[in-house]
Amino acid sequence: MSDSQTAVHVLKHHFRDMEQQNETSSFGMWVFLVTEIMFFGGLFCAYLIYRILYFDSFAAASSTIDVKWGAINTVVLICSSLTMALAVHAAQLGKRKVLVGFLIATIMLGGVFLGIKAKEYHDKFVEHHVPGPSFHFEVEPEMAEKFHAIDPAKTEIFFSLYFLMTGLHATHMVIGFGLLTWLVIAGSKGKYSPIYYSPVEMVGLYWHFVDIVWIWLFPLLYLISRHH
Amino acid sequence: MATTVAQPVEKTNYLNADYGIKSWLLTTDHKRIALLYLASVTFFFFIGGFFAMLIRLELLTPAGDLMQADTYNKVFTMHGVIMVFFFLIPSIPAVLGNFLVPLMVGAKDLAFPKINLLSWYLYMIGGAFALYGMINGGVDTGWTFYTPFSTTYSNTNVSMVAIGVFINGFSSIFTGLNFIVTIHRMRAPGLTWSRLPLFLWSHYATAVIMVLGTPVIAITLLLVAAERLLHLGIFDARLGGDPILFQHLFWFYSHPAVYIMILPAMGVISELVTCFSRKRAFGYYFVALASIGIAVIGFLVWAHHMFVAGISVYAAMVFSFLSYLVAIPSAIKVFNWTATLYKGSIRFTTPMLYVFGFIGLFTIGGMTGLFLAALGVDVHVTDTYFVVAHFHYIMVGGAIMAYLGGLHFWWPKITGRMYPESWAKLSALLVFVGFNLTFFPQFVLGYMGMPRRYWQYPPEFGVLNILSTAGASVLAVGYVFPMIYFAWSLRYGPKASANPWRAAGLEWTVPSPPSTFNFDETPVVTWEAYNYDEIEETEEAEVVG
Repeated sequence: MSDSQTAVHVLKHHFRDMEQQNETSSFGMWVFLVTEIMFFGGLFCAYLIYRILYFDSFAAASSTIDVKWGAINTVVLICSSLTMALAVHAAQLGKRKVLVGFLIATIMLGGVFLGIKAKEYHDKFVEHHVPGPSFHFEVEPEMAEKFHAIDPAKTEIFFSLYFLMTGLHATHMVIGFGLLTWLVIAGSKGKYSPIYYSPVEMVGLYWHFVDIVWIWLFPLLYLISRHH
Repeated sequence: MATTVAQPVEKTNYLNADYGIKSWLLTTDHKRIALLYLASVTFFFFIGGFFAMLIRLELLTPAGDLMQADTYNKVFTMHGVIMVFFFLIPSIPAVLGNFLVPLMVGAKDLAFPKINLLSWYLYMIGGAFALYGMINGGVDTGWTFYTPFSTTYSNTNVSMVAIGVFINGFSSIFTGLNFIVTIHRMRAPGLTWSRLPLFLWSHYATAVIMVLGTPVIAITLLLVAAERLLHLGIFDARLGGDPILFQHLFWFYSHPAVYIMILPAMGVISELVTCFSRKRAFGYYFVALASIGIAVIGFLVWAHHMFVAGISVYAAMVFSFLSYLVAIPSAIKVFNWTATLYKGSIRFTTPMLYVFGFIGLFTIGGMTGLFLAALGVDVHVTDTYFVVAHFHYIMVGGAIMAYLGGLHFWWPKITGRMYPESWAKLSALLVFVGFNLTFFPQFVLGYMGMPRRYWQYPPEFGVLNILSTAGASVLAVGYVFPMIYFAWSLRYGPKASANPWRAAGLEWTVPSPPSTFNFDETPVVTWEAYNYDEIEETEEAEVVG
């Protein structure tokens, strides 16, 4: 009885039934994620072309980034995807407190990720690896031995792409924080029920997408030269 | 199918359901949003047209006497930016598509009404950025923003205008997303894919291009802005970057964008040609799948804009071949429209005049496109007026003709009033004559070697340029006329019945103008698209009975 009342309440006027409404919103989200893939795709394309053209410079530049922090961040982000998935599950079961708890956990893990990212940016700033007038790339002897054709000017392209790609990724995470906070507020007011939880599911899809982008960024940016 | 719905007495409809500025600016009704788009798109059309007028006035005489070279650069850039991004791309989808897609699928609204409203706001914000950039000194890179013009060598408002186009891109993405989801998920019971009006097939194909292509230009323009503001070197050859990469990324969107402009136009033509021939669309499946074919192949031809830009000869050959391929689905459409006319009972109404104009001009535009896809000819005519004439035949002769035809056709549905037929026919004629007089001489000029984007030219080209400017004046009159009589018809036009054209399609089963939620109860579709033979039979039976 209470379920059917909720359904009447949350069914938007232009849908026939809840099934149509839920299918529509999840389909819309998938289409949106396709546009996101194309959005990042332009950057990935640029990255791949320059990586092929200037492989040695890219590998040398990549070797100055600390793999340790990148690896920790990968683990942190995968954990946040887990908490996000558990939050969706809690929403499906209608467990309000569990839902809010997992959403907050997701936000906190995301915060840890961005904190580490900020530390990495800071390191790059101190090393003068931020593209611009003060950019400077020191070719160390062991680096020169490993990679023959290092051109410091080309390493600047690597760092341009590094900051653009991780920066765009971080921007998506910040947007994700906004969405998660909105879910926490609405969720603690009990807006979501086993009948109506599609916003949680949609934000979940978004969060997993952002996670997957990082899964691609990590090897491309951090692990280029590992096979040498 | 009901073709003679009795018009109820002053029923509430979407126009008089609510009043006040708020009821428009915060509306989520797709029909009101379509009208918001109609007003804003028209506004940008006349701004873009104003710049076109300046171009034609400067080129009236061989000497650069009206403006300086720098000013001329800005004028043609702003003409291009406004017309491409703020008029042609949103015109048919955001106005007619917005209004008609839910009606044609038998739904109460698009899948995401709020996102639809958001897309209009993004369009306006993007437009404001672009206009601000233009008023505050202009931009002179050409609408293509080619690097290094747009990065190293330009001191104009490139970033401002690029950000405007970037924001506007999201409006386009959201419109496309809404169409795809609506056509998949909101169709009325019985309305199978094979019963969809061809208008929806072509809008579906358009939406796919919007969703897949637009993000790429968004990121590309973001890179240009980053390069200007943060001095990154992605496209800067001095830092090892590659300016040609910009061209690849730019045309990866901007060539398919041509199909964003022409595919919806083709959808309009399919609706009009069937209605005024009283016939089923000849080769329905071929026309429907040709839309999808154009969308798919359209993504694989972008480098034909770059034959002289330093791509390898093998790449050029592949892109040349693929560009020929895209002519096949386009030709399928033209042949099928022509075959639909065959033995039809044709009525020469205003929308039908635009259809005839479209078919002829689109054919010329398409055929000259094949000249440009041929490597040798392209090298000869690259960056000449031949190219300018070619794409204006597609965009003005094709897209705008269809837009005007569609606007006349659905005007009674949108406003509940008929437009004055004889004035409309006259202006259709003016548009056709003016258009040809403007752009046909440009084919000749281009083939003779007159380059585009110069503010002066040798006196030998004088006569043809005078013809072109004269044609542009006629064309301008042809565009102002509809503005006047459409506005007039809102008050003085005769009231339109629900189905003044006796047309097939769900949008004609509801009153003109429709109520806010379109359908009182969800329609059930039991007929094929364009069942004009059945409609004619029912009407004859009624007359006899």
